[in-house]
Amino acid sequence: MAGAGGGGNDVQWCFSQVKGAIDDDVAEADIISTVEFNHSGELLATGDKGGRVVIFQQETENKSQPQCRSEYNVYSTFQSHEPEFDYLKSLEIEEKINKIRWLPQKNAAQFLLSTNDKTIKLWKISERDKRPEGYNLKEEDGRYRDAATITTLRVPVFRPMDLMVEASPRRVFVNGHTYHINSISVNSDNETYLSADDLRINLWHLEITDRSFNVVDIKPANMEELTEVITAAEFHPHQCNTFVYSSSKGTIRLCDMRASALCDKHSKLFEEPEDPSNRSFFSEIISSISDVKFSHNGRYMMTRDYLSVKIWDLNMENRPVETYQVHEYLRSKLCSLYENDCIFDKFECCWNGNDSVVMTGSYNNFFRMLDRSQRRDVTLEASRESCKARQVLKPRRVCAGGKRKKDEISVDSLDFNKKILHTAWHPQENIIAVATTNNLYIFQEKVN
Amino acid sequence: MFSKGTKRKFSDGDEEISDESLVGARVASSYSLQRQSLLDMSLIKLQLCHMLVEPNLCRSVLIANTVRQIQEEMTHDGSWHMVTEAFCGPGQSPSERLVATEVLCRSREQDAEPKLFSVISYEGCREEEVVADETLCSVSVSDTVSNVCLAGRVGQCWEKSELSGVERDEEALEDSRLGSGEDEEIDTEDGASTESPKTTGQVFGTFEIKNGSPGPDSALEELFSDVDTSYYDLDTMLTGMQSAPKMGPYDLLDSLAPSHSSPSIVSTPTCRSDLNELDHIMEIIVGS
Repeated sequence: MAGAGGGGNDVQWCFSQVKGAIDDDVAEADIISTVEFNHSGELLATGDKGGRVVIFQQETENKSQPQCRSEYNVYSTFQSHEPEFDYLKSLEIEEKINKIRWLPQKNAAQFLLSTNDKTIKLWKISERDKRPEGYNLKEEDGRYRDAATITTLRVPVFRPMDLMVEASPRRVFVNGHTYHINSISVNSDNETYLSADDLRINLWHLEITDRSFNVVDIKPANMEELTEVITAAEFHPHQCNTFVYSSSKGTIRLCDMRASALCDKHSKLFEEPEDPSNRSFFSEIISSISDVKFSHNGRYMMTRDYLSVKIWDLNMENRPVETYQVHEYLRSKLCSLYENDCIFDKFECCWNGNDSVVMTGSYNNFFRMLDRSQRRDVTLEASRESCKARQVLKPRRVCAGGKRKKDEISVDSLDFNKKILHTAWHPQENIIAVATTNNLYIFQEKVN
Repeated sequence: MFSKGTKRKFSDGDEEISDESLVGARVASSYSLQRQSLLDMSLIKLQLCHMLVEPNLCRSVLIANTVRQIQEEMTHDGSWHMVTEAFCGPGQSPSERLVATEVLCRSREQDAEPKLFSVISYEGCREEEVVADETLCSVSVSDTVSNVCLAGRVGQCWEKSELSGVERDEEALEDSRLGSGEDEEIDTEDGASTESPKTTGQVFGTFEIKNGSPGPDSALEELFSDVDTSYYDLDTMLTGMQSAPKMGPYDLLDSLAPSHSSPSIVSTPTCRSDLNELDHIMEIIVGS
């Protein structure tokens, strides 16, 4: 299938690149906390726990040699957020980058929003490949010339130089949030964006940093009555008045900003009735939605809870149209996962370019590709062992119980410290970026 | 694993009736044990949040909801009544029993029945430092009583209530904090006998309320000499202090010491009545 983004079992995925340190000793600051392709797929940004953003750029393909895959190389690295200290509360504010979202490109420069728990920044990434030379009053190194020695005048000209990529913060949106920001989403109007924390969602204008509108507030008057928090939010890809937010109780609310200024009343409430046979003390925790993503065509949205991925039709609120089990074999282990806190891991999910396949991560550095059109799924692994160039990834299988077949891995052998929380899919091609704890793997479709 | 409410039936008809009920009871109690350990685990998780960085509100809310759910189930199971009964030991006056119930079921109305309440207050929690003891980490053999009471204590002792004075035997509490061995001692001693001393022992063995010795100033200074109070502030833990001004160590001192009670801190009387009660019950366990 030509690179329109089909996937699942038709596509064979092979290793392309891996970024990051090889040591097993992971430096805390290197832990990748977000991964995002830009709208063209040419740029791939990652944010880490140390507050840094690293942007990779795809090399322009060599058309004459199609087997030569285009690679992503470091384009820019900058420190987006620094650790801060809130003196009023005597608490640190982590510099960890929670989310990065690219703005659609309008001119030569690229813009992205990056956020930590409290502050959102708009960064401009621009290239400089020319510099002016031939000043009259300055030497080339910048020192001022003695005016007495100047006898002629010349016109300075731009001369080519080595490419330099500069990142500069253009806007800093502070003090909008009391709680921890979990999502940002750029509106299709390309002028506004939303930011969501545990209890509130704010609407910002990209040009205005000292003000934002609060559009959703679920904070109860008495904090003791708090039982539900906002876990993720996103604007509709085409309708600039529509956004959704998910909650820790497994519900998704769709809000229309035309209806009222404060969208506490939802326009639609998406909730699947609980399956009574699966009820346990952990039911609520595992129903908590960790990520919500609209499909590219804007007709569906996908939600990720602890054990499953659900696809919802925006026109049907009472149940999802598709449900995929990510790692059902963990259902019997929920108590242990609660004990070691893994049950609170927030996995993200993503769509491929034509919305036919969705992808999400799991434990043991496994990630899952779920083909909607063919109703097939595959489990793949991001590991250093399959790091040979163009090596095809072998499907992995987890044995839930009973006899373990050859090549299967048993549930008890899974490494719960190796979790793939962040994945991204190129908007047009079959190229995926999968983040393990501190490495970024790039896989591409096998081209014969 | 923790599916609610379903007790396995012993399908083999040849077994004696007595065996059946025995197995049924065993299954039920194993479920109770599991539920209990889940409750314990949840309460520890709520307590042991890292304090340098604001805690994850989503996680706290989910854990608190789980605790609430367990409590609801315990209520429906009738285990709730055991809680109140446990406090009605000999030598306790009816009024004290009522107080105990009130502690657990703190509600705005004074005459409310034991009803569910928010176990964990996300806001307005202040004063006492709460230290989780190691012994809580193991599965508690004694049942629901201790930890439901515990939960109530954690949440509601921060709320308003009457105080009668702090002239208590603080040493008992101090000792129980210092020596985890003592808690175990209490447990083993009362292992076979009535539940109440053991369970209440566990309550205080696990989450001690640190209050000073009789003299407020010296005790309180000693109390706070080496501890960073912000670390254990329940309020900070759960909300990251979103609206109430953060209470530093001096505020804590103010609220505990009667002579320094500032009018703005409504809950000053609260802690002292709870401490009072705490001491009384402690006396029962340790002294009598």
